Amino acid sequence: MTEFLYNLLSFLPTPLATVLIVLLKILLILLPLMVSVAYLTLLERKVIGYMQVRMGPNRVTFFGIKFLGGLGQPIADAFKLLMKEIVIPNGADKVLFLLAPIVALAPALAAWAVVPFGSEIVLTNINAGLLYILALTSLGVYGIIIAGWASNSKYAFLGAMRSAAQIVSYEIAMGFALVGVLVAAGSLNLGEIVEAQRGNVLTWFWLPLFPLFLIYFISGVAETNRAPFDVTEGESEIVAGFHVEYAGMGFALFFLAEYANIILISGLTAVMFLGGWMSPWPAFMAAWPVVGTFFGDGIHWFVFKLSLFVFLFLWFRATFPRYRYDQIMRLGWKVFLPITIVWIVLISTLVVYKIPPWFDTATTEVTS
Amino acid sequence: MPEIRNMTLNFGPQHPAAHGVLRLVLEMDGEVIERADPHIGLLHRATEKLAENKPFNQSIGYMDRLDYVSMMCNEHAYVMAIERLLGVTPPLRAQYIRVMFDEITRVLNHLMWLGAHGLDIGAMTVFLYCFREREDLMDCYEAVSGTRMHATYYRPGGVYRDLPERMPQYQPSKWRGDKEIAALNSNRQGSILDFVDDFVARFPACVDEYETLLTDNRIWKQRTVDIGIVTPERALALGFTGPMLRGSGVEWDLRKKQPYEVYADLDFDIPVGVNGDCYDRYLVRVEEMRQSARIIKQCVDWLRANPGPVMLDDHKLSPPSRGEMKGDMESLIHHFKLFTEGYCVPAGEVYAAVEHPKGEFGILLISDGANKPYRLKVRAPGFAHLSAMNEMVQGHMLADVVAVIGTMDVVFGEIDR
Repeated sequence: MTEFLYNLLSFLPTPLATVLIVLLKILLILLPLMVSVAYLTLLERKVIGYMQVRMGPNRVTFFGIKFLGGLGQPIADAFKLLMKEIVIPNGADKVLFLLAPIVALAPALAAWAVVPFGSEIVLTNINAGLLYILALTSLGVYGIIIAGWASNSKYAFLGAMRSAAQIVSYEIAMGFALVGVLVAAGSLNLGEIVEAQRGNVLTWFWLPLFPLFLIYFISGVAETNRAPFDVTEGESEIVAGFHVEYAGMGFALFFLAEYANIILISGLTAVMFLGGWMSPWPAFMAAWPVVGTFFGDGIHWFVFKLSLFVFLFLWFRATFPRYRYDQIMRLGWKVFLPITIVWIVLISTLVVYKIPPWFDTATTEVTS
Repeated sequence: MPEIRNMTLNFGPQHPAAHGVLRLVLEMDGEVIERADPHIGLLHRATEKLAENKPFNQSIGYMDRLDYVSMMCNEHAYVMAIERLLGVTPPLRAQYIRVMFDEITRVLNHLMWLGAHGLDIGAMTVFLYCFREREDLMDCYEAVSGTRMHATYYRPGGVYRDLPERMPQYQPSKWRGDKEIAALNSNRQGSILDFVDDFVARFPACVDEYETLLTDNRIWKQRTVDIGIVTPERALALGFTGPMLRGSGVEWDLRKKQPYEVYADLDFDIPVGVNGDCYDRYLVRVEEMRQSARIIKQCVDWLRANPGPVMLDDHKLSPPSRGEMKGDMESLIHHFKLFTEGYCVPAGEVYAAVEHPKGEFGILLISDGANKPYRLKVRAPGFAHLSAMNEMVQGHMLADVVAVIGTMDVVFGEIDR
């Protein structure tokens, strides 16, 4: 497809054409992403609604079609938030206050640059993909800290402090979980990580790296400040935490960032541990026309796995009470960290001595 | 070198966990509470003073609005105080009805408490589950009194009316189809007693449902075990009553220790805690809901078998029927006197207390022989509990303040009065 576009834009100088094509690709990723984020808010309210024996939003119709009641809700919400006044509190640092939501949102979107949607569908296929992801997911917390500091409010400040401490501790557990993936796959390139899991559902990394898989996902929930780790915005304690002073679009940007992060973490978990775009049972009826395509590798598997984790996020929120701030620290430092270290040692041993069933063939070049 | 000072945080009155209008001034060292100073009075409505200017009967409605999540229990204490001054005893059937509604109220209150406590600690689903059951009990209130909350159902000398023979039903509307209406009405075909009976039969399963979400949940236990510990000695010294006292292991329940109405004839247990922490108080209240269901069942069985009057046949206290009033001069006079002047209560001083869902709710009534109280004093259990705030949260973290407010089950209607 890229060649086709180059041919189409052949009247332009090549660098300009490249920029245009990259921008087009970014749009192709961002637009569906933003729509998913908007509709994830609706999905959350609906799913939690049904879990709590109520309906969820069902009044706002979609272009007047009664049958689609509720589907217009995210658009109406966005419109409402756009129309609202941006209130800057007295004594707030104006520049930082306005900068914070952007700082929160940008990394959540930028991280998608290296996520492989399919075997060839990726914006930039860089070799340090894993490091890039780690760096960007850690950057998001600056938005929260800056917001808490710039608001000049005690509640926001407490939220920011909590967030800083929480992210620092969970970043480490998350990083170590990814080291396990790195050792097992022998590459930092996300595409190659997926390729290293080729086979079927049993050769994906979730099974050999099971504790790391759980820890990565739970740390991901903590990183996105979602229940039961939502102490930074714990509604009943510090009201809304870091974004207590934000209204209108600033508030909306924080929300976009949170939901974009949910989707990102779900996508990354799918890539690292559930074989990304790979089919769980690739050989199943491969000759059949429709079923064979369905059971072949493809982006639909990535979306499906991603949705599974997104649903888990919502399910957690409906089920669990909120941790206390020091208990989260305890869980991160005293439970997750030791487990990850032990498992890294274990997995390295398996890889170095090429112990079957998982590590007898691949990843030779790293260990030598 | 700058001086390091503690941070003072204003917690409320506009705060999602302030349970109304509590204003807490917290002195904090980081997240740790050094001192908590509750400020009250933002919901002061001068109920006690208002009662001094009205005939006795006209203040019953104010009692509902004291603790506005356990309405009939408030009425009960007030009505009992008047009855004691007058020296009358309501008919047995009225006593059973009162006990039944006291326990319905207890379940209502504890459901509200459980939901709010869960929400404070972050478990929001329990809240909606609790409200599902609360809705049915509110319908019972509505069936006997016409309102869902502020019932004004108890009267000196009995209760306003006998239990209705027919439970109100959902009507068809454009939002609900026939099938849905039929399903909603399926347990409303008989009298209110049938409805309550059906509720009591399915309620223990509902409590099990709340408990699966909380009781063995690790996060819930981490958030409540060893939080806000009160020793039995301190609990007594601080004037704790109700589940707050029983959570600390003191077996004190007015229903057993100073039985009023027909509690002496009923079979139920008093749950007590061991450690006096938030978790024990949670367990005590959950068990109280199950015991209340047991009491309600016994009342339903008795009320089914024993029809009879629910009000004293003394028209100085109770209004005559409409028919009597139209045909009989004396009844008309009684009616007129009752609704204008009320009745005079012999001079004296009386204290009547009930085991309110939150603790001992008492009314001190002083009469000088007029048709209005000379002085009315409300003993609100929440006031004593809230006074212990500082002691309970010192050294805990900010998140625990929320858990402690929740476990106290404070309602500002009764604290500020």
